[in-house]
Amino acid sequence: MITIHDIVNYLKNYDGPTVRLMEVCGTHTESIFKHGIPSLISSKIRLISGPGCPVCVTPADYIDRAVEYAGQPEYIFCTYGDMMRVPGTKGSITLRDGKATGAQVEMIYSPLEVLEKAAALPQKTFVIGAVGFETTVPLYALLMEKMLKQGVINIKFLTALKSIAPAMEWICQNEGCGEERIDGFICPGHVSAIMGDRIYQPLMTRYQKPCAVAGFSGEHILAAIYDLIRQITSERVEIHNLYREVVRPEGNLQARELIDRYFQPVQTAWRGLGEISGSGLRLRDIYREFDLAFESSCGEDQSLCRCGSVVTGRLNPDQCPLFGRLCTPNHPQGPCMVSTEGSCGIWARHVLRGKENKQLDGKGD
Amino acid sequence: MVKQMCIAVPGKVILIEKNIVKADFNGNVIPVDISLVKVKVGDYVLVHAGYAVQVMDQENGESLAQLFRDLEEAFHS
Repeated sequence: MITIHDIVNYLKNYDGPTVRLMEVCGTHTESIFKHGIPSLISSKIRLISGPGCPVCVTPADYIDRAVEYAGQPEYIFCTYGDMMRVPGTKGSITLRDGKATGAQVEMIYSPLEVLEKAAALPQKTFVIGAVGFETTVPLYALLMEKMLKQGVINIKFLTALKSIAPAMEWICQNEGCGEERIDGFICPGHVSAIMGDRIYQPLMTRYQKPCAVAGFSGEHILAAIYDLIRQITSERVEIHNLYREVVRPEGNLQARELIDRYFQPVQTAWRGLGEISGSGLRLRDIYREFDLAFESSCGEDQSLCRCGSVVTGRLNPDQCPLFGRLCTPNHPQGPCMVSTEGSCGIWARHVLRGKENKQLDGKGD
Repeated sequence: MVKQMCIAVPGKVILIEKNIVKADFNGNVIPVDISLVKVKVGDYVLVHAGYAVQVMDQENGESLAQLFRDLEEAFHS
């Protein structure tokens, strides 16, 4: 029976053609660094971070809009912590800046917290910064259900909810040849727990990319890398579920039905990728009054932030001219440095502090 | 709990009260909403932002052992 030692040995000694594997989950990015995985594997295995941080792929003008609502006395804007410090367009103020100057901004840990707040303060409208992938979308659907059942209707969503699989297809459609191609995907474990692993079939059938659904421990991630390398070297193109304790082919049907009841797929803008059809989730037309989402394309960002290139795997964070200089965790210029799941913030925590990872993808070298 | 978008942790259901259960996370007993899953006492659930998002498959409960069995089957059998 194969062991973790066999896997690490294989990956360390891999000497075949260079392989580029992309993960699309900020928690996978964090876990890869936390477990020192790049230092355990061959330099010919390049691990690329894709658009897996929902805050990072939200266009900058979303923040402008959020700050605008927060500044109006009839609204209270509710947001997760890492959205508070993300700059808007043209380096404009953050939600945290707005709060400091009197805007009504509240930090939440779960969208469901807002129900009690809204019931207690019916004269205010609570706007929730609804940002996330499919792991979080069911919670918004559940909130809609509870709002309507309890008659608490002074809540609105400013949605920037997204599905990750269309972005993975975008990556395949827009990859360059040679150094920018992606050879396989490490698929997000908890998105897959909700949606199942069949959502990755187009990557396999249309783009010939092997996929491995991975959990979050060091062992799970190493196993996924091993699986993908073995598939690639034997010219297999399959979807392997390596997180079977929580991922079923069909996902969580109850959660998916709830999502489907309240949300519809729409074209939406991703920072760094542009508009992708069917990649966003917005409330269905009959619930439109509860969704303040805008239809416009990405706002023009005048800052020097290269977040758009980082989330598509075209730049490593340390290849951005601002990284570690003008842009640090204490003075972030863009969402990739602010968000707990942003690549730049993760690199800053693990690399700038001297925890050397030698085997990172050498784009540009 | 640290808020991260995808992070979810497993807990064991020890008490069910309508849509809320008490779940044991290695000694920490915390209320968890089970509106998205169907569970019974003794089940392990994966919890995200206070909500159970999936019931963990008890047959695959030894997650690493199962992982290596899956790899063995894919590449060594």
